[in-house]
Formats: sequence, structure tokens, C-alpha cells
Amino acid sequence: MMEKVNYAEIVHRCFRCGYCKFPSDYSEINCPSYAKYRFETYFSGGRMWLIRAWMNEELEWSEHLGEIMYSCSTCRNCVEHCVFKFNEQLVDVFIAARSDMVERGQVPKKVGEFFSNLAKFGNPWGYAARRLEWVGRDYANNEFLLHAGCVAAYDDRAKRSLKALLELLDAAGVDYGVFSDEICEGNEAMVMGEFGLFEQLMEQNRRRFEERGVKKVLTPDPHAFNAFKNYYGMDAVHHTQLLWNLVKSSELKVGRVEGRLTYHDPCFLGRWNGVYKEPRKLLSRIGSLYEMPRNRKNAFCCGGGSGNFYTDYLGGRDSPARMRVREAAETAEILVTSCPVCLMMLDNAVSDEGLELDVRDISEVVLEALKS
Amino acid sequence: MYEELKAIVGEENVSKEPEELYIYSSDPGTMPPVKPDYVVMPKTTEEVQKIVLLANKHKVPVVPMGGALSLSGLVRPLKGGIVVDMKRMDRIIEVNERARYAVIEAGVSEGKLKAYLDKRYPSLRISTPDAPPIASVTANALIHGSGRLSQIYGFHSEMVNGMEVVLPTGEVCRVGSCSVSPYWFSRSPLPDLAGLFIGWFGRTGIVTKLGIKLFPKHRYRDVMIFVTENPSYVSDVIWRVAHTEMAEDITVWAQPKPEWAEGFQHTTIYVTADSEEELEFKEKIIRNALMDYIKQKEGGFLYLTPGMKAMFLQEPMSQLVRFADVRKGGGFEYVGAILPVDLFDVAYQKGLEIVERLGVDWAFSIRIIGRSHCMMFAYAYPFNRADEEDVERARKALHETNKAVLEMGGIPWKAEVPAQQLILESMDEGARRLIKRVIEMLDPNGIMNPGNWEVE
Amino acid sequence: MELRFDPDRCIACDSYACLVKCQYLNYDFESAREERIKIAKGEYSRVLEECKTCYACEEYCPYDNHPFYRIVELQEQYGINLAPKPISKQLVKMYAAKEKDLAAIREVGSKALSLCLFPDLKDNVKSKLFEGLPVIMGRQVFCNLVYLHFANMSVIKERARQTIENIRKYGVDELVCFHDECYGFFNSYARAYGIDVPFKTVHLYEYLYNWLKENEDRIRKLNVKVAYQRNCSNRLSPETDRMLDKVFELIGVERAEREYDRENGICCGAVFQMWGEYELAEEVQKKNVEDMVKSGARFAVFNCPMCYVALAERTAKAGLMPILVSDLCRLAVGEMPKIPGRG
Repeated sequence: MMEKVNYAEIVHRCFRCGYCKFPSDYSEINCPSYAKYRFETYFSGGRMWLIRAWMNEELEWSEHLGEIMYSCSTCRNCVEHCVFKFNEQLVDVFIAARSDMVERGQVPKKVGEFFSNLAKFGNPWGYAARRLEWVGRDYANNEFLLHAGCVAAYDDRAKRSLKALLELLDAAGVDYGVFSDEICEGNEAMVMGEFGLFEQLMEQNRRRFEERGVKKVLTPDPHAFNAFKNYYGMDAVHHTQLLWNLVKSSELKVGRVEGRLTYHDPCFLGRWNGVYKEPRKLLSRIGSLYEMPRNRKNAFCCGGGSGNFYTDYLGGRDSPARMRVREAAETAEILVTSCPVCLMMLDNAVSDEGLELDVRDISEVVLEALKS
Repeated sequence: MYEELKAIVGEENVSKEPEELYIYSSDPGTMPPVKPDYVVMPKTTEEVQKIVLLANKHKVPVVPMGGALSLSGLVRPLKGGIVVDMKRMDRIIEVNERARYAVIEAGVSEGKLKAYLDKRYPSLRISTPDAPPIASVTANALIHGSGRLSQIYGFHSEMVNGMEVVLPTGEVCRVGSCSVSPYWFSRSPLPDLAGLFIGWFGRTGIVTKLGIKLFPKHRYRDVMIFVTENPSYVSDVIWRVAHTEMAEDITVWAQPKPEWAEGFQHTTIYVTADSEEELEFKEKIIRNALMDYIKQKEGGFLYLTPGMKAMFLQEPMSQLVRFADVRKGGGFEYVGAILPVDLFDVAYQKGLEIVERLGVDWAFSIRIIGRSHCMMFAYAYPFNRADEEDVERARKALHETNKAVLEMGGIPWKAEVPAQQLILESMDEGARRLIKRVIEMLDPNGIMNPGNWEVE
Repeated sequence: MELRFDPDRCIACDSYACLVKCQYLNYDFESAREERIKIAKGEYSRVLEECKTCYACEEYCPYDNHPFYRIVELQEQYGINLAPKPISKQLVKMYAAKEKDLAAIREVGSKALSLCLFPDLKDNVKSKLFEGLPVIMGRQVFCNLVYLHFANMSVIKERARQTIENIRKYGVDELVCFHDECYGFFNSYARAYGIDVPFKTVHLYEYLYNWLKENEDRIRKLNVKVAYQRNCSNRLSPETDRMLDKVFELIGVERAEREYDRENGICCGAVFQMWGEYELAEEVQKKNVEDMVKSGARFAVFNCPMCYVALAERTAKAGLMPILVSDLCRLAVGEMPKIPGRG
């Protein structure tokens, strides 16, 4: 469980210099919410100052303040580029401030909905339970519990990528099972500052893991991967890691795929957990990988993190996802990612932009390479 | 008025919410906050024009803003009104490689233009100021900024080839060669109207486009640091190095932290070249120029490890912003005194006297502008913004420094409002009256950033 | 704290090895005879101004009478400024242990590796070669011998006991010294000044040799010829130079016979640059690297990180591969070391 930072000791140390708005080469705005809104309130420096003002009662909480706080997708670009010594704590500050707001019942409407659905139904939309029944492979002391995560479990586009992953696992003879009644692992609740709800979800999950003897979790969702690895303290594997091992060891014998590929780093896989190499090794093995100008630690977030895939504070014409797919389209024909949230966000953005860009999860590309 | 602003820039680009009004009421310096009534973010010159016309109609002040990093509170709306955040106007319109200039919109950041040139025109560069990369190229030039190439080419305002301006009355006009020709190559040989907009802190209009000079970028860049322990040597050291014309940039820093730096003056000399031979040759000439000091054991070059070099060669130097964390309180401000280089020792001693008397933390950071024609002597004072007494101490040090600078014959750069008044008090009466007349002539309704350069 | 120097030994000496063997001072026999008497008597001598502080006379002296330490003491006594004053002064301040350095001292167990003041090398010792050896580094463990180049013996003396005490507080019985200079301090220097060192010190070469010997089966001989840059502080423990030969033998490395190695080693030039003696620096660097190239070596091998910084680029441009001794050993056990300071 993450320790809640004492942000009262940090917020006034922000100079609002704006290094955090950029990638390393300063070429573009790389803070997703600032890129969309462009008001000085919507970047980490603005948030630091606003939190301080709210804390000192110079500013009252408002729906607008809440939206500013929750439009941060916790992508950690600011952590990467802030020049001060407290850089590592920036996102923790936002999470802790959100949690204090939650405690006071100060949450914007859509965030409130998100939390209450999550609490009641185990997913943000309030959809039906038994979300993985269709997989038909209930966990029974397998090597891995495959945890899909909310988006891969319900979103049609992301679900297709999950199916591709299942096919690959079967082809490689990986021993896995799912909980057909899987519930959210709670990563978003955590980073959105609903610590109580997160604890409750973690508790429920842990109990089920214990009852059914789960030791190792495999997940295609970097958000879930983050929670299992860093908050649950479990042995967690992301599908890019497993797939690379399977390809490397020739347990999956893959050919090549056609077309120029580019890779979008999911924030919770890259900046949060430092997994940059495996997906690239995989893609380089099966096709021609071209990097977008902003990659790895400088990757531009799709704008879906921290519940924004649901609350949509980063939607619209100038959404980060639409900016990102424009960047991808200048680089490649196939935009590959390895996160259901990114996949959903970017796929929608491509339709909105009317681009000829194919958005795929890495498992779909590997599956194609397996069949070629 | 909110509805009218919405109609001009679109609902998503105007705000009257307390959160935006709070953030746009101050910059990171010591000047007290003043809230605007609205914040707007135009995308085009036409939108800027409509905003200015609207402001005239309602007789409401308009304050243009770039990166808000002057630290002296220049973009606080002293009399309320509309803060116009220019950063959405961020198109790089043209780079003329052969004539070495760029035409940009006023919101283009230093970082963006640098990255753009690095990628597409690797043999061209701008004179990067040591401000954070979000600083606006246009605003920096308009306030007489200086940077990495100022020792050779002067203030950034001298690098302006032309501009497009929305006048306080709403007309759009072009100044410089672009007023006659499709090319933005220089301000000469016309009446130099650019002077009506440079150094005025937005009192005479809103610059929407800028033609700015670009310069050759060389393949090699190195740094040498000459250390002395006697401030009276420094102006001569600078004079000698500038005389060689081998240095691209000369800065000096002196500060009490880290401990080993205290009591020493570090003249940092940047050298660029297109070949190793050229670089070695230039460095040798510079070393020879200082050989008297070395032989007399009065000065020498610091041995720089690759790590230290990398830090000094960074553009902009992010290390400089970290000064804000000296008192763990996110703040610093400086008096950027423009002075003849010959006054280095006087300026240095005066600074020490002030910091010792007031007990403030400090750093002196100096950039040579022109071939030792003058220097920007920054007296920087960090403060803890969570501690009002600490802020007040810094404010006092700044004010005393401003006064001292004027007394010694210098002029505070991008001065805070109180320091502007000190400058005006010292100013030739004719010049003062002219300033007033120019403002009244261009801005009959007094809507442009009122409160700055206010001649009573 | 007094130097164990016997003037009578010098006066009685008829080899004048300290001066006639010197790589820099070109004295005839007669001048050498006169100057060493002045030094022995503590009188002013031109040597004090002309000495390039290469440490070599410590090795050349047949009586272990510490001529170099004596020279440095006299340089200080006669107020000789070898370097520009601000440079010397700043250097003294730069490496003084601060409170926060002292606060970093923790018990680490009975054995440790001292990385001196070379944080850039911390990735280079992340190796199976040093497995299980906690690394200590920082100003609090700094031996301060660098000031021998700056006519400043008193600062070394002043800090000597504290440095030893600091290391004792780490709780070590045995300290492996990455840098010759530290080893020289705990052995040569401490002996010369009668300072007690309450723990055992191991020279890097001895450590490497022992490790490699025990793990001979893991070595894949490199079969290359290398040019070795023998640094000044190795003069304080000349016996370790033989150990290096044994290390090289184990990893299949041929140490090129060349003019400026072993007893005739010359400076890397870094100190001369600090002094502002650029022509001298250029001269020694040029002839040294030319000599390395002429020897037909593929690698330029360094033990001193400072020599590495001073000469790496130049040797690389001359077509040699610059590398630290420890990194060369890592190559031989299949590791791929990173370039120091660049990660």
C-alpha cells in the first residue's frame, strides 16, 4: 500500500517553472491535461499551487477545482521532468490531496459515479458481474491467474485483444485460469484517492486469492499490474513480459507482420514500472518498429489514466488521445500498445480523427505473427 | 463581457473561475497577487484584435502574458481586467534558413523553437535564455532578455527583425522589413517603429508575431571555468576574454553554496567550433589571454569532469531553477541589473553588503552582453513562499538592491512596479514626458497593462 | 605528526636516485648532489619549484626515506604555489568532509570496498568481481593525498586521523582500496608519519588476483595486448605493480613493453592542467599516447579514474580502447562494463 505523502510540506516548494510540461527535448507539451486545456491551472505546477490555496482556505473546493484535480491522468510525465528534488512525490501529492478531498466528500460528479459503481458493481460502469464467464477457464490451481482488468473485461475493442491473448496463451501451453466473477483490482480507486474503496477491493481480491491459492497474476492491464506489483506486493507479470519470454524461448514460433509498427508506452507500464524493453524486443522480432518522437520516458499519455477513460475530462477535439494518434500516423501504419485503456482511447481517437491508422494491442500483433 | 469573450475565443478558452483567476494573479516572484476578471487564450491575431476592441468598448485593462516567468510580477493585472495568455498562439510560421531568421507566433516557447531547429535546421540556433523552456521567445525579446549568444550579438531585443502588433486601439500593424517586403530580414532601413513595443511591458500593444534572428550552430561546444578569489579582477578577466572574440558566451557566478564556491568568482566561458582543431585553437587563445593571472597564481581554470561539463552545457541550465529550493520554499527573484562591466567589483561588493546586512541567502549570476559592452548582474534571493517573513526579507533585499543599482549607475532590468518608479524618478525629464506621451497617443483609453511605466 | 625522514641518509646517499631518475628534472650529477643536500637540510632548493609532483622519487629512493613527502613539506614551508591559489584553495574546501558526509557512516560489516571519491564508478563495481563487498565512498573516506600535488601537506595531516577514524566507524577489519592513492595513504603515508591504521587494507590488484585465481574456471582469456598507464600514486606501493602482471597473466593480457611504463611511467597531465601548465600537459599526454600507439596495444588500461578522465578521449581518438583494470577483468569473466560516468 502506498504511503500517503504529507503534501503540506511539499506544495509550496513548487516554483511553477514548467519543466514538467515538456518531454526531454521540449518539442511539445507532454502533460496531457495541460496539452488539452492550456490554462496554467491544468499542469502540475498549477495543481500544486491550487492545492496549497485550497489547503490554506484561499480557495474553496468547487466542481471546477475537482475537475482540474481529476483531469490529471497520473501519467508521471511531471515526475520524469520536474527539476526539483521532490519530483518523485509529485503524483503522490495529487493522489493524497484527492484522498483528502474524497474524505470531505469533495469529488466532482463523474468521479462520484465512478466510485459508487466501482463500490457496488466492482466496475466503473455498473455493468453485470461474472465478466469473464465467457472465457470458460476458471482458475484451478493454475500457474497464473489471468486478471483482465475492467476495461479488457467490458470494452468491446479491448475484449478482442484479450481474446487474442488467450489464443496465444493456449498456443504456448501456458497454464492459466480466470475468475469468471473477477472484480476490479482497484488501481484507479487508489490513484483517484479513494483509499477506503481501494482497501476494500484489495481485501476482497486478496481473500479470493488466498481461498483459491493464487500465487502469480498475469495481466494485460498495466493499471492492474501496477496495483498487484506495488500495492498488493504480489508476483505480477504483464503480458508483454510473458509474451517476450515465450517468443525468446521459441515456445511461440512467430513469423513477421507486414507494415510499419510504432509502439505507444502505457504510463502504468512505462513510467510507473519501467517496462520499456520487452514490448520493443517483441515488436522488433516480429516486424519493423519505428519510434514516435515521444517514446519511453517521454511518451505522451493517451489521457485515459486515473479514471479519465470514464470521466472523460480529457476528451473532445483537443484530447491527448487524438494528438497521440496524429503523431502515430506520421510515424507508422500500425499503432501498437499494451494496455486495454490505451487501446480503447486510441482506437476511439482514430475513428474521431478519421485516420487510416490501425490500433492494436501487442497480443493481436503477436498472434498475427504466429499465424503468418 | 464573458459572453462576448466566449464568442471570440470559444467557451473552452476563456475563464472567470476562481481557480484560473487565482493562478493568473501572480508569478513565482515576490510581488503580491492581483486577480484578473477574465483569462482568455486566443489562437489568432484576429482573436487578439477582437479582444482588444472589446476591452476598449468596456474600458477594461488587457494584460498580455507569455510564460509568466519574469518573476517581477509584470503580468499581474494591476487594475484587473483581462489576462491574455498567448501560449496557444504557438505556430512556427517560417524559418528562412539562408537569411537566418524565424517568424513565429507570440506564444512559441523557447523550448519549442529550440527543439524545432535542432530537428529541422541543425545548423541554426536561437540565443537561449537561461529561463525555463516554457518562457516565450517573443516576451523574452520584448523585455530585453539576454542569453547564450548575447555576448556576441547583444540583447535579444536587438535580434528582433520585425513584428506584427495589435495596437491598443485594435489596429493590426507590422513593423520592420515585413511592413514593406515579404521577408522579415531586418528592422533597417526604416524608421525603427519596433522601439515603440520593446521594453514597454505591454503598454503599447500586443505583439502577435515576431521575426527573430537565428545564428549559426556549431558542431562542438565546450565550457571553461576561470576561478578567481578577488572580484576586482573579474572585469579585466572578462575584458580580456571578450577581446579574443573566441568565446561565444561569458557568464560569471558567485554564491555561498556549495561551501567550496564561497568567496570565489567563476567566470564561465563557452566556446563553440566546427572542428576539434578550431575548438582547441580558440581555447588556447582564451587561456593565453588569461596567462598573466595563471602565472601570477591569481586565477586558474577549474578542472571539469565530464559530469560537471554536461551540467554547464545544458541549454537552458535546469540547475538555475533549482535555486528556488535553497530555502525549501519554491521561490526566488532577482534584480537583473544592467551595468557596465567595469562596475563588476562595485556591484559585487554592494551586493555582499546588502545580503550580509539583511541576512538573506543569495547568488550572483552575471551574463556579459556584447563584447563586454555591459552585463546583466543578477542578484538572486531565494525565499520560502510559505513563510511571509522570509518573502518580506527577500522583497526588501530586492528593493534595496534596485536602489543601489540605480545609485551605482546601473538600471534594473524587467523591473517590478516599485523599481519602475525608482527608474522613472532617476530618468531624464524629457524622456519621462516622452514615455507618457507615447502611451497616451497609442492607448487613449489606457487599457494596456496599466500600472506599469506609469508616469505621474 | 612528523615525517620519518632521516637527513643523514640523504646526505650520505651517493645515488641521488630521487633526482637523477626523475622523469621531469633533467639535472646533471653535480646539481643533483647539491640539491639533495639542500633538501636534506631543509633549505630552499630549485627542486621545490621545478618538481612536477609525480611521486616517483618515493619509489626511486633506495632507503625508503620519503624524499617526495619531504619535498612537499618544504614546498609548503617555502610558500611555493604550484597551482593558482584559488584553484588550490577551492580544492581544499571541495573535498572536506561535511556533516552530512559523516552522517552517512553506517556499520557495513567486516569487509568493504572503498571507492574513494569516485561516484561515477559506482556502476562499474556492480560486478560479480565485487559481489558481497559493500561499497563505501565519499569525502568522509577520502585520503586527501591529492593535495600532494598542491604543496599542501598540512591539510593531509590535519584530516588523516579523522579519515581513518571514519573508516573504523564503518566497522571494517579489511578494506579493499579501489584506488592506489587510498592504499598508498593507509600504507606508505601512514608508515611515513607513524599513524596507526586499525584495519587491514588490500590493494585492488591483490584483490582482483585472488578473486580471479579462485574463479579461474570462469575466465575466458582475452588474448590482447594492452598499454598500461601507471599512475602517480602507484609509486607509493611499487610492489603492487608486480601483482598487476599476475592479474594480466590470469586474464590473458600482454602488457606492452613501452617507454613510459613501470619505473618510467609519466603523468596523465590532469594535474598540470589544474596548475595551468597547459604546454606541459599537452607534451606529456602526446608523448604518452604516441608511445601507447607505437606499442601496438589495443587497449589503454588505467587504474586511476583521474588518469582515465584525462586520457580516455585522447587514447580513444588514437585508436585504443580506454578501460579500467577492473573493467578489463570484468570483460574476462564475460561482463560488459559501462563507460565510467556515462552509465
